[in-house]
Amino acid sequence: MQYMCLIYSPPPPADQPDPEPGTPEFEAYMKPWNDFSEKLVADSVMVGGEALMPVEMATSVRVRGGKTETMDGPFAETKEQLGGYYIIDCKTLDDAIRYAAMIPVADFGTIEVRPVMDLSAAQG
Amino acid sequence: MRPGEIDAELSRLMREDRGRLLAALSADLGQFELAEEALSQAFESALAHWGRHGVPQKPLGWLLRVARRKAIDRIRRAARWTERERTLAVLAEREGDGAKMAEIPDERLRLIFTCCHPALDPKSRVALTLRSLCGLTTSEIARAFLDTEPTMGQRLSRAKAKIAKAGIPFRIPDRAEWDDRLGSVLAVIYLVFNEGYAATSGRDRLRVDLCDEAIFLARLLVDLRADPEILGLLSLMLTTHARRAARADASGRLVPLREQDRELWDHAQAQEGLATLDSALVMGAAGPFQIKAAISALHVSASCHDATDWRQMLLLYDALLVHEPSDVVRLNRLVVLAELGGVEVALSQLRSLEPQLHAYQPFHAARADLLSRAGAHAAAQEAYDSAISLSRNAAERDFLVRRKSAVGGVGDAGEGATQKNAGHNGPAKSNREV
Repeated sequence: MQYMCLIYSPPPPADQPDPEPGTPEFEAYMKPWNDFSEKLVADSVMVGGEALMPVEMATSVRVRGGKTETMDGPFAETKEQLGGYYIIDCKTLDDAIRYAAMIPVADFGTIEVRPVMDLSAAQG
Repeated sequence: MRPGEIDAELSRLMREDRGRLLAALSADLGQFELAEEALSQAFESALAHWGRHGVPQKPLGWLLRVARRKAIDRIRRAARWTERERTLAVLAEREGDGAKMAEIPDERLRLIFTCCHPALDPKSRVALTLRSLCGLTTSEIARAFLDTEPTMGQRLSRAKAKIAKAGIPFRIPDRAEWDDRLGSVLAVIYLVFNEGYAATSGRDRLRVDLCDEAIFLARLLVDLRADPEILGLLSLMLTTHARRAARADASGRLVPLREQDRELWDHAQAQEGLATLDSALVMGAAGPFQIKAAISALHVSASCHDATDWRQMLLLYDALLVHEPSDVVRLNRLVVLAELGGVEVALSQLRSLEPQLHAYQPFHAARADLLSRAGAHAAAQEAYDSAISLSRNAAERDFLVRRKSAVGGVGDAGEGATQKNAGHNGPAKSNREV
Protein backbone atom coordinates (compact mmCIF):
# COMPACT_ATOMS: atom_id res chain seq x y z
CA MET A 1 0.00 0.00 0.00
CA GLN A 2 1.21 3.51 -0.74
CA TYR A 3 1.29 6.11 2.00
CA MET A 4 1.82 9.83 1.63
CA CYS A 5 3.79 11.41 4.45
CA LEU A 6 2.89 15.10 4.65
CA ILE A 7 5.61 16.99 6.45
CA TYR A 8 4.36 19.82 8.69
CA SER A 9 6.70 21.97 10.72
CA PRO A 10 6.89 25.52 12.07
CA PRO A 11 8.69 27.84 9.62
CA PRO A 12 12.19 28.99 10.67
CA PRO A 13 12.24 32.28 12.63
CA ALA A 14 12.65 35.38 10.41
CA ASP A 15 16.12 36.14 11.81
CA GLN A 16 17.31 32.55 11.25
CA PRO A 17 16.22 31.56 7.75
CA ASP A 18 17.13 28.15 6.37
CA PRO A 19 20.45 28.23 4.47
CA GLU A 20 20.47 29.09 0.74
CA PRO A 21 21.31 26.41 -1.83
CA GLY A 22 24.95 26.54 -2.89
CA THR A 23 26.32 27.46 0.57
CA PRO A 24 28.28 25.00 2.76
CA GLU A 25 25.55 25.42 5.41
CA PHE A 26 23.01 24.16 2.91
CA GLU A 27 24.98 20.97 2.40
CA ALA A 28 24.96 20.31 6.13
CA TYR A 29 21.27 21.17 6.33
CA MET A 30 20.39 18.74 3.55
CA LYS A 31 22.53 15.89 4.83
CA PRO A 32 19.87 14.19 7.02
CA TRP A 33 17.29 14.59 4.24
CA ASN A 34 19.56 13.03 1.66
CA ASP A 35 20.46 10.22 4.05
CA PHE A 36 16.78 9.53 4.69
CA SER A 37 15.89 9.58 0.98
CA GLU A 38 18.77 7.18 0.28
CA LYS A 39 17.50 4.85 2.96
CA LEU A 40 14.03 4.83 1.38
CA VAL A 41 15.59 3.92 -1.96
CA ALA A 42 17.85 1.27 -0.41
CA ASP A 43 14.81 -0.27 1.37
CA SER A 44 12.83 -0.20 -1.91
CA VAL A 45 9.97 1.77 -0.41
CA MET A 46 10.57 5.12 -2.15
CA VAL A 47 7.87 6.17 -4.59
CA GLY A 48 8.57 9.88 -4.65
CA GLY A 49 8.83 13.08 -2.68
CA GLU A 50 9.50 16.79 -2.98
CA ALA A 51 10.26 19.80 -0.84
CA LEU A 52 7.92 22.77 -1.21
CA MET A 53 8.68 26.48 -1.22
CA PRO A 54 7.41 28.40 1.84
CA VAL A 55 3.69 29.25 2.19
CA GLU A 56 4.41 32.89 1.30
CA MET A 57 4.66 31.56 -2.28
CA ALA A 58 1.34 29.69 -2.05
CA THR A 59 -1.78 30.60 -4.01
CA SER A 60 -5.13 28.99 -3.25
CA VAL A 61 -7.54 28.42 -6.08
CA ARG A 62 -11.20 27.48 -6.12
CA VAL A 63 -14.04 27.64 -8.61
CA ARG A 64 -17.37 29.01 -7.36
CA GLY A 65 -20.34 29.54 -9.62
CA GLY A 66 -18.15 28.90 -12.65
CA LYS A 67 -15.78 31.67 -11.57
CA THR A 68 -12.17 30.99 -10.63
CA GLU A 69 -11.21 32.65 -7.37
CA THR A 70 -7.57 32.93 -6.44
CA MET A 71 -6.26 33.91 -3.06
CA ASP A 72 -2.83 34.62 -1.70
CA GLY A 73 -1.67 32.13 0.89
CA PRO A 74 -2.23 28.52 1.94
CA PHE A 75 -5.62 26.81 2.36
CA ALA A 76 -5.39 26.78 6.14
CA GLU A 77 -3.46 29.28 8.24
CA THR A 78 -1.72 27.24 10.89
CA LYS A 79 1.48 27.63 12.83
CA GLU A 80 2.88 24.50 11.27
CA GLN A 81 3.15 24.54 7.50
CA LEU A 82 3.23 21.86 4.85
CA GLY A 83 6.85 21.86 3.76
CA GLY A 84 7.09 18.76 1.62
CA TYR A 85 6.06 15.17 1.24
CA TYR A 86 7.20 11.64 0.58
CA ILE A 87 5.20 8.84 -0.97
CA ILE A 88 6.35 5.45 0.26
CA ASP A 89 5.20 1.92 -0.48
CA CYS A 90 4.87 -0.22 2.66
CA LYS A 91 3.07 -3.40 3.62
CA THR A 92 1.34 -2.02 6.69
CA LEU A 93 0.64 1.21 8.54
CA ASP A 94 3.17 0.13 11.18
CA ASP A 95 5.96 0.18 8.59
CA ALA A 96 4.82 3.56 7.27
CA ILE A 97 4.78 4.98 10.80
CA ARG A 98 8.32 3.69 11.37
CA TYR A 99 9.59 5.56 8.29
CA ALA A 100 7.56 8.69 9.09
CA ALA A 101 9.25 8.82 12.48
CA MET A 102 12.66 8.91 10.72
CA ILE A 103 11.83 12.04 8.71
CA PRO A 104 14.28 14.71 9.89
CA VAL A 105 11.68 17.18 11.26
CA ALA A 106 9.58 14.51 13.01
CA ASP A 107 11.17 15.43 16.34
CA PHE A 108 9.72 18.96 16.29
CA GLY A 109 7.13 18.99 13.49
CA THR A 110 4.32 16.56 12.69
CA ILE A 111 4.07 14.02 9.90
CA GLU A 112 0.59 13.19 8.68
CA VAL A 113 0.49 9.68 7.22
CA ARG A 114 -2.31 9.12 4.72
CA PRO A 115 -2.97 5.96 2.72
CA VAL A 116 -3.03 6.71 -1.00
CA MET A 117 -6.27 5.63 -2.61
CA ASP A 118 -5.76 2.64 -4.88
CA LEU A 119 -7.83 3.22 -7.99
CA SER A 120 -6.52 0.17 -9.82
CA ALA A 121 -9.16 -1.97 -8.04
CA ALA A 122 -11.87 -0.03 -9.86
CA GLN A 123 -10.41 -1.14 -13.18
CA GLY A 124 -10.37 -4.79 -12.05
CA MET B 1 -33.91 -27.72 21.92
CA ARG B 2 -36.40 -24.89 22.20
CA PRO B 3 -35.78 -21.48 20.56
CA GLY B 4 -35.04 -19.90 23.94
CA GLU B 5 -32.37 -22.50 24.61
CA ILE B 6 -30.79 -21.94 21.20
CA ASP B 7 -30.68 -18.22 21.99
CA ALA B 8 -29.06 -18.90 25.32
CA GLU B 9 -26.47 -21.24 23.80
CA LEU B 10 -25.64 -18.71 21.10
CA SER B 11 -25.34 -15.89 23.63
CA ARG B 12 -22.98 -18.04 25.66
CA LEU B 13 -20.83 -18.81 22.62
CA MET B 14 -20.89 -15.16 21.61
CA ARG B 15 -19.75 -14.19 25.07
CA GLU B 16 -17.11 -16.84 25.66
CA ASP B 17 -15.76 -17.74 22.25
CA ARG B 18 -16.49 -14.91 19.84
CA GLY B 19 -13.07 -13.34 20.43
CA ARG B 20 -11.30 -16.61 19.75
CA LEU B 21 -13.28 -17.26 16.56
CA LEU B 22 -12.85 -13.70 15.35
CA ALA B 23 -9.11 -13.82 15.97
CA ALA B 24 -8.69 -17.14 14.16
CA LEU B 25 -10.74 -15.93 11.21
CA SER B 26 -8.88 -12.60 11.03
CA ALA B 27 -5.61 -14.53 10.94
CA ASP B 28 -6.85 -16.62 7.97
CA LEU B 29 -8.20 -13.65 6.09
CA GLY B 30 -5.59 -11.09 7.04
CA GLN B 31 -8.54 -8.71 7.33
CA PHE B 32 -10.33 -7.80 10.48
CA GLU B 33 -13.37 -6.07 8.99
CA LEU B 34 -14.23 -8.97 6.68
CA ALA B 35 -13.77 -11.44 9.54
CA GLU B 36 -16.18 -9.43 11.70
CA GLU B 37 -18.86 -9.36 9.02
CA ALA B 38 -18.50 -13.02 8.12
CA LEU B 39 -18.68 -14.09 11.75
CA SER B 40 -21.79 -12.01 12.38
CA GLN B 41 -23.41 -13.70 9.39
CA ALA B 42 -22.41 -17.11 10.73
CA PHE B 43 -24.11 -16.34 14.05
CA GLU B 44 -27.24 -15.29 12.17
CA SER B 45 -27.20 -18.54 10.19
CA ALA B 46 -26.76 -20.50 13.39
CA LEU B 47 -29.91 -18.97 14.82
CA ALA B 48 -31.90 -20.26 11.83
CA HIS B 49 -30.21 -23.65 11.32
CA TRP B 50 -29.83 -24.74 14.89
CA GLY B 51 -33.47 -23.95 15.52
CA ARG B 52 -34.44 -26.45 12.82
CA HIS B 53 -31.73 -29.08 13.14
CA GLY B 54 -30.50 -28.68 16.69
CA VAL B 55 -27.11 -27.52 17.97
CA PRO B 56 -24.30 -29.29 16.09
CA GLN B 57 -21.88 -31.48 18.00
CA LYS B 58 -19.04 -29.03 17.59
CA PRO B 59 -20.72 -25.62 17.55
CA LEU B 60 -17.48 -23.63 17.35
CA GLY B 61 -16.23 -25.62 14.41
CA TRP B 62 -19.61 -25.16 12.74
CA LEU B 63 -19.49 -21.39 13.25
CA LEU B 64 -15.94 -21.11 11.98
CA ARG B 65 -16.71 -23.21 8.90
CA VAL B 66 -19.81 -21.19 8.03
CA ALA B 67 -17.98 -17.91 8.64
CA ARG B 68 -15.21 -19.02 6.25
CA ARG B 69 -17.80 -19.79 3.57
CA LYS B 70 -19.45 -16.41 4.09
CA ALA B 71 -16.03 -14.81 3.75
CA ILE B 72 -15.37 -16.72 0.52
CA ASP B 73 -18.66 -15.43 -0.91
CA ARG B 74 -17.76 -11.89 -0.04
CA ILE B 75 -14.25 -12.15 -1.41
CA ARG B 76 -15.50 -13.60 -4.70
CA ARG B 77 -17.82 -10.67 -5.05
CA ALA B 78 -15.51 -7.88 -4.04
CA ALA B 79 -11.79 -8.28 -3.79
CA ARG B 80 -9.04 -7.72 -6.27
CA TRP B 81 -7.85 -10.69 -8.22
CA THR B 82 -4.34 -11.26 -6.78
CA GLU B 83 -5.35 -10.89 -3.15
CA ARG B 84 -8.46 -12.88 -3.83
CA GLU B 85 -6.51 -15.89 -5.04
CA ARG B 86 -4.19 -15.86 -2.05
CA THR B 87 -6.96 -15.56 0.53
CA LEU B 88 -9.15 -18.14 -1.16
CA ALA B 89 -6.23 -20.55 -1.18
CA VAL B 90 -5.75 -20.12 2.56
CA LEU B 91 -9.45 -20.67 3.15
CA ALA B 92 -9.55 -23.74 0.93
CA GLU B 93 -6.73 -25.23 2.96
CA ARG B 94 -8.58 -24.47 6.21
CA GLU B 95 -11.74 -26.03 4.83
CA GLY B 96 -10.05 -29.44 5.00
CA ASP B 97 -9.12 -28.99 8.66
CA GLY B 98 -11.02 -30.70 11.37
CA ALA B 99 -12.80 -28.15 13.46
CA LYS B 100 -12.29 -29.25 17.00
CA MET B 101 -11.78 -26.43 19.50
CA ALA B 102 -8.23 -27.55 20.15
CA GLU B 103 -7.47 -27.01 16.49
CA ILE B 104 -8.77 -23.47 16.39
CA PRO B 105 -5.53 -21.54 16.88
CA ASP B 106 -5.57 -18.87 19.56
CA GLU B 107 -4.85 -15.64 17.70
CA ARG B 108 -6.38 -13.35 20.29
CA LEU B 109 -3.08 -11.67 21.15
CA ARG B 110 -2.86 -10.38 17.58
CA LEU B 111 -6.49 -9.29 17.77
CA ILE B 112 -6.03 -7.23 20.91
CA PHE B 113 -2.99 -5.44 19.47
CA THR B 114 -5.03 -4.56 16.40
CA CYS B 115 -7.98 -3.28 18.44
CA CYS B 116 -5.69 -1.16 20.64
CA HIS B 117 -3.56 0.20 17.80
CA PRO B 118 -2.38 3.75 18.59
CA ALA B 119 -3.54 4.94 15.15
CA LEU B 120 -7.14 4.50 16.38
CA ASP B 121 -8.99 7.05 18.48
CA PRO B 122 -8.62 6.08 22.19
CA LYS B 123 -12.34 5.68 22.83
CA SER B 124 -12.68 3.54 19.70
CA ARG B 125 -9.88 1.28 20.97
CA VAL B 126 -11.89 0.68 24.12
CA ALA B 127 -15.14 0.03 22.23
CA LEU B 128 -13.50 -2.25 19.68
CA THR B 129 -11.75 -4.28 22.39
CA LEU B 130 -14.99 -4.80 24.32
CA ARG B 131 -16.80 -5.77 21.12
CA SER B 132 -14.12 -8.10 19.76
CA LEU B 133 -12.49 -9.68 22.79
CA CYS B 134 -15.25 -9.52 25.40
CA GLY B 135 -18.09 -10.27 22.99
CA LEU B 136 -20.21 -7.35 24.23
CA THR B 137 -22.91 -6.14 21.88
CA THR B 138 -22.89 -2.63 20.47
CA SER B 139 -25.86 -1.75 22.64
CA GLU B 140 -24.14 -3.05 25.80
CA ILE B 141 -21.07 -0.95 25.04
CA ALA B 142 -23.24 2.08 24.30
CA ARG B 143 -25.01 1.70 27.66
CA ALA B 144 -21.75 1.23 29.52
CA PHE B 145 -20.43 4.53 28.16
CA LEU B 146 -23.79 6.31 28.29
CA ASP B 147 -23.81 6.75 24.54
CA THR B 148 -26.62 6.05 22.13
CA GLU B 149 -26.48 2.82 20.15
CA PRO B 150 -26.27 4.50 16.71
CA THR B 151 -23.39 6.71 17.92
CA MET B 152 -21.50 3.71 19.25
CA GLY B 153 -22.28 1.74 16.09
CA GLN B 154 -20.84 4.52 13.95
CA ARG B 155 -17.76 4.72 16.13
CA LEU B 156 -17.18 0.98 15.71
CA SER B 157 -17.65 1.02 11.96
CA ARG B 158 -15.33 4.01 11.54
CA ALA B 159 -12.66 2.17 13.51
CA LYS B 160 -13.11 -1.04 11.51
CA ALA B 161 -12.94 0.91 8.25
CA LYS B 162 -9.69 2.55 9.32
CA ILE B 163 -8.16 -0.81 10.23
CA ALA B 164 -9.00 -2.09 6.75
CA LYS B 165 -8.23 0.99 4.68
CA ALA B 166 -5.18 2.43 6.43
CA GLY B 167 -3.45 -0.94 6.60
CA ILE B 168 -3.38 -1.42 10.38
CA PRO B 169 -1.79 -4.88 10.61
CA PHE B 170 -3.11 -7.97 12.36
CA ARG B 171 0.06 -8.96 14.14
CA ILE B 172 1.97 -9.06 17.39
CA PRO B 173 4.42 -6.14 17.56
CA ASP B 174 8.11 -6.98 17.43
CA ARG B 175 10.52 -6.56 20.30
CA ALA B 176 11.44 -2.95 19.46
CA GLU B 177 7.79 -1.83 19.54
CA TRP B 178 6.60 -4.19 22.28
CA ASP B 179 6.77 -1.86 25.29
CA ASP B 180 5.03 1.04 23.55
CA ARG B 181 2.33 -1.05 21.99
CA LEU B 182 1.72 -3.10 25.13
CA GLY B 183 1.41 0.23 26.94
CA SER B 184 -1.45 1.12 24.62
CA VAL B 185 -3.20 -2.20 25.30
CA LEU B 186 -2.79 -1.90 29.07
CA ALA B 187 -4.05 1.69 28.98
CA VAL B 188 -7.21 0.51 27.21
CA ILE B 189 -7.83 -2.22 29.81
CA TYR B 190 -7.22 0.18 32.68
CA LEU B 191 -9.59 2.71 31.11
CA VAL B 192 -12.28 0.02 30.95
CA PHE B 193 -11.65 -0.75 34.62
CA ASN B 194 -11.81 2.90 35.66
CA GLU B 195 -15.08 3.43 33.80
CA GLY B 196 -16.52 0.50 35.72
CA TYR B 197 -15.06 1.78 38.97
CA ALA B 198 -16.52 5.25 38.58
CA ALA B 199 -19.93 3.73 37.84
CA THR B 200 -19.94 1.46 40.89
CA SER B 201 -22.38 3.46 42.96
CA GLY B 202 -25.92 3.67 41.70
CA ARG B 203 -25.14 1.09 39.09
CA ASP B 204 -27.75 0.45 36.50
CA ARG B 205 -28.62 -3.23 36.48
CA LEU B 206 -28.66 -3.25 32.69
CA ARG B 207 -25.06 -2.11 32.49
CA VAL B 208 -22.36 -4.75 32.25
CA ASP B 209 -19.71 -4.60 34.95
CA LEU B 210 -16.74 -3.08 33.16
CA CYS B 211 -14.43 -3.93 36.08
CA ASP B 212 -15.12 -7.64 35.46
CA GLU B 213 -14.52 -7.18 31.73
CA ALA B 214 -11.18 -5.46 32.40
CA ILE B 215 -10.09 -8.25 34.75
CA PHE B 216 -11.17 -10.83 32.15
CA LEU B 217 -9.02 -9.08 29.53
CA ALA B 218 -5.98 -8.89 31.79
CA ARG B 219 -6.31 -12.61 32.67
CA LEU B 220 -6.56 -13.39 28.96
CA LEU B 221 -3.36 -11.43 28.29
CA VAL B 222 -1.57 -13.14 31.17
CA ASP B 223 -2.50 -16.52 29.66
CA LEU B 224 -1.23 -15.49 26.24
CA ARG B 225 2.02 -13.82 27.26
CA ALA B 226 3.73 -13.59 30.63
CA ASP B 227 4.89 -9.99 30.95
CA PRO B 228 5.55 -8.30 34.30
CA GLU B 229 3.50 -5.20 33.42
CA ILE B 230 0.47 -7.28 32.41
CA LEU B 231 0.71 -9.07 35.76
CA GLY B 232 1.15 -5.69 37.45
CA LEU B 233 -2.06 -4.37 35.90
CA LEU B 234 -3.98 -7.51 36.84
CA SER B 235 -2.72 -7.27 40.41
CA LEU B 236 -3.64 -3.58 40.62
CA MET B 237 -7.18 -4.25 39.44
CA LEU B 238 -7.65 -7.26 41.73
CA THR B 239 -6.53 -5.45 44.89
CA THR B 240 -8.64 -2.41 43.96
CA HIS B 241 -11.70 -4.46 43.06
CA ALA B 242 -11.31 -6.44 46.31
CA ARG B 243 -12.32 -3.29 48.20
CA ARG B 244 -15.51 -2.63 46.24
CA ALA B 245 -18.05 -3.83 48.83
CA ALA B 246 -16.73 -1.34 51.38
CA ARG B 247 -16.65 1.65 49.06
CA ALA B 248 -20.29 2.56 49.56
CA ASP B 249 -22.59 2.20 52.57
CA ALA B 250 -26.08 0.68 52.57
CA SER B 251 -27.60 3.87 51.22
CA GLY B 252 -25.06 4.06 48.41
CA ARG B 253 -22.95 6.81 49.94
CA LEU B 254 -19.22 6.68 49.19
CA VAL B 255 -17.06 5.74 52.16
CA PRO B 256 -13.47 7.02 52.28
CA LEU B 257 -10.71 4.45 52.60
CA ARG B 258 -9.92 5.49 56.19
CA GLU B 259 -13.44 4.67 57.33
CA GLN B 260 -14.04 1.54 55.27
CA ASP B 261 -15.02 -1.65 57.08
CA ARG B 262 -12.10 -3.86 56.10
CA GLU B 263 -14.10 -6.97 56.97
CA LEU B 264 -16.14 -6.27 53.84
CA TRP B 265 -13.14 -6.50 51.57
CA ASP B 266 -12.89 -9.57 49.34
CA HIS B 267 -9.84 -11.09 50.98
CA ALA B 268 -9.52 -13.99 48.55
CA GLN B 269 -9.37 -11.57 45.64
CA ALA B 270 -6.90 -9.38 47.52
CA GLN B 271 -4.69 -12.41 48.16
CA GLU B 272 -4.80 -13.34 44.49
CA GLY B 273 -3.78 -9.76 43.67
CA LEU B 274 -0.81 -9.94 46.06
CA ALA B 275 0.32 -13.30 44.65
CA THR B 276 0.02 -11.93 41.12
CA LEU B 277 2.24 -9.00 42.08
CA ASP B 278 4.82 -11.38 43.53
CA SER B 279 4.98 -13.33 40.30
CA ALA B 280 5.51 -10.05 38.40
CA LEU B 281 8.26 -8.79 40.68
CA VAL B 282 10.38 -11.94 40.41
CA MET B 283 10.73 -11.21 36.69
CA GLY B 284 12.88 -8.24 37.68
CA ALA B 285 11.61 -5.60 35.25
CA ALA B 286 9.82 -2.86 37.20
CA GLY B 287 7.25 -0.70 35.45
CA PRO B 288 4.49 1.77 36.32
CA PHE B 289 1.67 -0.78 36.69
CA GLN B 290 3.73 -2.93 39.02
CA ILE B 291 4.50 0.11 41.15
CA LYS B 292 0.82 1.13 41.25
CA ALA B 293 -0.02 -2.46 42.15
CA ALA B 294 2.53 -2.35 44.97
CA ILE B 295 0.91 0.84 46.30
CA SER B 296 -2.53 -0.76 46.19
CA ALA B 297 -1.05 -3.87 47.83
CA LEU B 298 0.09 -1.79 50.81
CA HIS B 299 -3.51 -0.66 51.31
CA VAL B 300 -5.04 -4.13 51.24
CA SER B 301 -2.26 -5.50 53.44
CA ALA B 302 -2.85 -3.02 56.27
CA SER B 303 -5.07 -4.21 59.11
CA CYS B 304 -6.37 -0.68 59.62
CA HIS B 305 -5.80 2.73 58.07
CA ASP B 306 -3.20 3.79 60.64
CA ALA B 307 -1.26 0.57 60.14
CA THR B 308 -0.61 1.47 56.48
CA ASP B 309 3.10 1.60 55.64
CA TRP B 310 3.12 5.22 54.46
CA ARG B 311 6.91 5.44 54.43
CA GLN B 312 7.15 2.57 51.96
CA MET B 313 4.32 4.09 49.97
CA LEU B 314 6.15 7.41 49.68
CA LEU B 315 9.17 5.58 48.22
CA LEU B 316 6.89 3.84 45.73
CA TYR B 317 5.47 7.19 44.60
CA ASP B 318 9.00 8.50 44.14
CA ALA B 319 9.71 5.47 41.95
CA LEU B 320 6.46 5.97 40.05
CA LEU B 321 7.38 9.58 39.30
CA VAL B 322 10.45 8.34 37.42
CA HIS B 323 8.20 6.36 35.06
CA GLU B 324 5.28 8.74 35.02
CA PRO B 325 6.22 12.31 35.93
CA SER B 326 2.62 13.58 35.96
CA ASP B 327 0.96 16.14 38.21
CA VAL B 328 -1.68 13.62 39.29
CA VAL B 329 1.05 11.31 40.60
CA ARG B 330 2.65 14.30 42.38
CA LEU B 331 -0.72 15.08 43.96
CA ASN B 332 -1.12 11.53 45.25
CA ARG B 333 2.42 11.58 46.58
CA LEU B 334 1.66 14.74 48.59
CA VAL B 335 -1.40 13.06 50.12
CA VAL B 336 0.91 10.29 51.37
CA LEU B 337 3.43 12.85 52.62
CA ALA B 338 0.64 14.42 54.68
CA GLU B 339 -0.11 11.01 56.24
CA LEU B 340 3.50 10.95 57.44
CA GLY B 341 2.85 14.17 59.36
CA GLY B 342 3.89 16.65 56.70
CA VAL B 343 0.53 18.40 56.31
CA GLU B 344 2.08 21.88 56.15
CA VAL B 345 4.80 20.80 53.72
CA ALA B 346 2.23 19.03 51.56
CA LEU B 347 0.03 22.14 51.51
CA SER B 348 2.86 24.40 50.43
CA GLN B 349 3.95 21.99 47.68
CA LEU B 350 0.37 21.64 46.55
CA ARG B 351 0.40 25.28 45.50
CA SER B 352 2.82 24.58 42.65
CA LEU B 353 0.37 22.03 41.19
CA GLU B 354 -2.62 24.36 41.15
CA PRO B 355 -2.09 25.90 37.66
CA GLN B 356 -2.09 22.46 36.02
CA LEU B 357 -4.76 20.81 38.18
CA HIS B 358 -7.21 23.64 38.86
CA ALA B 359 -9.92 21.88 36.81
CA TYR B 360 -9.29 18.47 38.45
CA GLN B 361 -11.83 17.69 41.18
CA PRO B 362 -9.56 15.43 43.29
CA PHE B 363 -7.01 18.25 43.56
CA HIS B 364 -9.52 20.51 45.33
CA ALA B 365 -10.85 17.69 47.49
CA ALA B 366 -7.33 16.73 48.62
CA ARG B 367 -6.47 20.37 49.28
CA ALA B 368 -9.67 20.87 51.26
CA ASP B 369 -8.88 17.86 53.40
CA LEU B 370 -5.34 19.06 54.12
CA LEU B 371 -6.55 22.57 54.94
CA SER B 372 -9.14 21.15 57.28
CA ARG B 373 -6.52 19.08 59.07
CA ALA B 374 -4.27 22.15 59.33
CA GLY B 375 -7.14 24.00 61.05
CA ALA B 376 -7.82 26.43 58.20
CA HIS B 377 -11.56 25.77 58.23
CA ALA B 378 -12.79 28.65 56.09
CA ALA B 379 -10.24 27.92 53.36
CA ALA B 380 -11.10 24.22 53.56
CA GLN B 381 -14.79 24.90 52.98
CA GLU B 382 -13.96 27.09 50.02
CA ALA B 383 -11.81 24.34 48.54
CA TYR B 384 -14.69 21.86 49.02
CA ASP B 385 -16.93 24.26 47.09
CA SER B 386 -14.46 24.18 44.20
CA ALA B 387 -14.42 20.37 44.32
CA ILE B 388 -18.24 20.18 44.46
CA SER B 389 -18.57 22.41 41.41
CA LEU B 390 -16.31 20.03 39.49
CA SER B 391 -17.91 16.73 40.59
CA ARG B 392 -19.25 14.48 37.86
CA ASN B 393 -22.03 12.55 39.54
CA ALA B 394 -24.47 12.66 42.43
CA ALA B 395 -22.65 10.16 44.67
CA GLU B 396 -19.43 12.09 44.43
CA ARG B 397 -21.19 15.39 44.99
CA ASP B 398 -23.03 14.05 48.01
CA PHE B 399 -19.76 12.75 49.43
CA LEU B 400 -18.04 16.13 49.08
CA VAL B 401 -21.00 18.00 50.59
CA ARG B 402 -20.84 15.74 53.66
CA ARG B 403 -17.07 16.29 53.91
CA LYS B 404 -17.60 20.02 53.76
CA SER B 405 -20.16 20.01 56.53
CA ALA B 406 -17.78 17.96 58.70
CA VAL B 407 -15.02 20.59 58.51
CA GLY B 408 -14.07 21.83 61.96
CA GLY B 409 -15.43 18.78 63.76
CA VAL B 410 -19.07 19.48 63.03
CA GLY B 411 -21.06 16.68 61.42
CA ASP B 412 -20.82 12.93 61.47
CA ALA B 413 -17.32 12.41 60.17
CA GLY B 414 -15.64 13.98 63.19
CA GLU B 415 -12.42 15.85 63.76
CA GLY B 416 -9.68 15.27 61.27
CA ALA B 417 -11.80 12.95 59.19
CA THR B 418 -9.88 12.37 56.08
CA GLN B 419 -10.75 11.77 52.59
CA LYS B 420 -7.55 9.87 52.28
CA ASN B 421 -7.30 10.24 48.61
CA ALA B 422 -9.85 12.15 46.69
CA GLY B 423 -8.93 10.18 43.61
CA HIS B 424 -10.06 7.01 45.31
CA ASN B 425 -13.62 8.16 45.43
CA GLY B 426 -13.61 10.25 42.34
CA PRO B 427 -13.70 9.08 38.78
CA ALA B 428 -10.03 9.89 38.26
CA LYS B 429 -9.50 8.71 34.74
CA SER B 430 -6.10 7.18 34.82
CA ASN B 431 -3.92 7.79 37.79
CA ARG B 432 -6.06 6.56 40.63
CA GLU B 433 -3.33 4.98 42.67
CA VAL B 434 -4.99 4.50 46.00
